[in-house]
Amino acid sequence: MTQDDPISLADAPATSMSMIEAINDALDVMLTRDPDVILLGEDIGYFGGVFRCTAGLQEKHGKTRVFDTPISECGIIGVAVGMGAYGLRPVPEIQFADYIYPGLDQLVSEAARLRYRSAAELIAPMTVRSPFGGGIFGGQTHSQSPESFFTHVSGLKTVVPSTPHDAKGLLIAAIEDNDPVIFFEPKRIYNGPFDGYYDRPAKSWKDHPDAAVPEGYYSIPLGSARTVREGNALTILAYGTMVHVAEGVCREKGVDAEILDLRTLVPLDIEAVEKSVEKTGKCLVVHEATRTSGFGAELSALVTERCFYHLEAPVERVTGFDTPYPHSLEWAYFPGPVRIGEAIDRLLEAS
Amino acid sequence: MAQGSDQAGANRPRLSLHVPEPRFRPGDDADFSHLEIPEAGAQTRPDEACGAGETWPLCTDLIRVLGDDNQAHGAWDPRLNPDQLREMLRDMALVRAFDARMYRAQRQGKTSFYLKCTGEEATSIAATHAVDFEDMIFPSYRQQGCLIARDYPLVEMVNQIYSNRADKLKGRQLPILYSAKSVNFFSISGNLATQLPQATGFAMASAIKHDSKIAIGWVGEGSTAEGDFHSALTFAAVYNAPVIINVVNNQWAISSFSGFAGAERTTFAARAIGYGIAGLRVDGNDALAVYAAQRWAADRARSNKGPTLIEFFTYRAEGHSTSDDPSAYRSADEAQEWPLGGPISRLRDHLVAIGEWSLEQHEEMDREVAEEVRAATKEAEKNGILGHGLHHPFHTMFEDVFEDLPWHLEEQSKQAIRERQIKWPDDK
Ligand SMILES: Cc1ncc(C[n+]2csc(CCOP(=O)(O)OP(=O)(O)O)c2C)c(N)n1
Repeated sequence: MTQDDPISLADAPATSMSMIEAINDALDVMLTRDPDVILLGEDIGYFGGVFRCTAGLQEKHGKTRVFDTPISECGIIGVAVGMGAYGLRPVPEIQFADYIYPGLDQLVSEAARLRYRSAAELIAPMTVRSPFGGGIFGGQTHSQSPESFFTHVSGLKTVVPSTPHDAKGLLIAAIEDNDPVIFFEPKRIYNGPFDGYYDRPAKSWKDHPDAAVPEGYYSIPLGSARTVREGNALTILAYGTMVHVAEGVCREKGVDAEILDLRTLVPLDIEAVEKSVEKTGKCLVVHEATRTSGFGAELSALVTERCFYHLEAPVERVTGFDTPYPHSLEWAYFPGPVRIGEAIDRLLEAS
Repeated sequence: MAQGSDQAGANRPRLSLHVPEPRFRPGDDADFSHLEIPEAGAQTRPDEACGAGETWPLCTDLIRVLGDDNQAHGAWDPRLNPDQLREMLRDMALVRAFDARMYRAQRQGKTSFYLKCTGEEATSIAATHAVDFEDMIFPSYRQQGCLIARDYPLVEMVNQIYSNRADKLKGRQLPILYSAKSVNFFSISGNLATQLPQATGFAMASAIKHDSKIAIGWVGEGSTAEGDFHSALTFAAVYNAPVIINVVNNQWAISSFSGFAGAERTTFAARAIGYGIAGLRVDGNDALAVYAAQRWAADRARSNKGPTLIEFFTYRAEGHSTSDDPSAYRSADEAQEWPLGGPISRLRDHLVAIGEWSLEQHEEMDREVAEEVRAATKEAEKNGILGHGLHHPFHTMFEDVFEDLPWHLEEQSKQAIRERQIKWPDDK
């Protein structure tokens, strides 16, 4: 791998990009920098992926660096483990997070354990990219947020970007990481930020400050949260699409919330969480995934264990309901502005 | 219409479910005369570059070299020199001696678990002799022979089995789930068949990099029912990957006979053809046939002609593991009656028949390998046996989950160390 000096982000020339373009750019940068990086997945080669995240990359980098695979998630992850053991750095794409389950054993029992069980003589560095989350009328098989299956597994890292800028930097960090990383791309915000009002015209990333993506190589360390806005009234912990929804609610209601975009769920930036909750004394956890045993439960427990004497109210969770993601009632399921607004009101009233 | 209503179709035949049943159960006389055992040397040997479909006859036949006359026959005779034959013989004897000693060690409480490969020694030993040292082996748990064929130190194997302080895997893995990158032997999983897509992926990587290594995946016949087996064959076929998939058909998967993986309908080698892969069915107790078939597949893979699926037809002569009692589910005479003989005695008798070995030499060799194993065991025992305190330090439990120790594991590590101090306050 070439050892370019990391450029200072502030000075780097930047282009406004959608999250799809930013992901494509990150992959292009890594394919160019590191001859061991290869991409594989269903429809990702010639066609460039059903969401176009790999468009043009096969043409540019060749058919043995970027290629289509059989429709076999077990096979995709399984061969990636073997490729990692050989010394490659595979970046498999699972077309939708809903279809990652056939590959689960290869992730949980193999990729996640190889370093441990071989006492580090073999590793499975891989970044599994997969679009996740709802809000695109995908029905129950194109909408799920299965992050907590993975955060529960020792040996896996789980990353969820919420902006084009972060998507590129985090994806580069994930590919460079020597541990397997699950990289969930919130597909509702592929093309623009989303404040939770599905009935308003869709926004694009154009002109959004977080869509300014620096050229070339940069990485954002895994395990560092981003403060989306500072505030004193309460702390909101969110990731992916829900960062934007929470931000929209706070703006609309004029709430002085501190919003943390966790960016990485494992390893978690616990210091940032503690610091913020200690300051505000109140905490709201927001995610789109189903509630029971969701990652919000972990966050809520951590905040309660570690910040209990700073808390002025019970930790609140706003999540999807414990049902499959219903097609026509998608927006009734989605933890939108009303559900979040109510929880904020409860927290603000409590003292 | 209500479920179970018998109005419609009342005159159709009633359906019945077939549940496979092995021929012999405890108390039955085992009689394998139904098995077709072809003459040694009768099988044709196609060119390694042939179309996959040309191997079809060999998927239902049985490639055999060593005949009842103890001579090597036919086109598949690999024509090895006597030194090579003696080396394979010694490796097989060493595996058997190692198995015997480790089995006893488990019974003596020195470890929690052991698993022998008795009767199957030719598969792993001869196959490993037939490939290059650089070729990567993705084993299942019954391929200790691959390590021994690559001269992996016995003492390291015993350290692993005892999970002691010298265990290179730091006492983390169940005994026998070795990992030995130094001899190109992949980490063994407990989850069956997962190694096959991995072997295929390794082979694909080797091809992507224009390397010359191939990969060899191993699996039991019972485990071919796993989806991973089929994913691996699909990927191997699609990308023409330089991989060999060895199916060790030892007839039993714990208590389930091969019929539960489909053996009543077709052979395991025959699966290859549906994928467009070359397939070979081989007498797994005939070291020369095993060698020749593995070599054929290795040469084919190395010259970019693609993958091969090999079925080694053999018999698991003992229980599944130290946790198993096969007398509870199969006839005790099966091993005795097995019509393909024993892999060690067959190679021994061949060497004797060609004037390159004697029974006295054989006995001497058996004494030597037993002594070699004994010495390795004694050496390993200096580093402790399971449960006797000579394990790796507590904090190592938290290492290698990730490359770096994240905060939550660091906190948990402190807890584990604190607990140790509470339990053993005088122990530093
Ligand atoms: C995925 C999975 N399912 C079940 C088991 C439990 N198990 C361990 S060995 C075994 C039998 C495997 O038989 P076979 O593949 O024929 O190999 P053999 O033991 O005969 O060498 C089973 C069911 C396991 N280890 N992994």
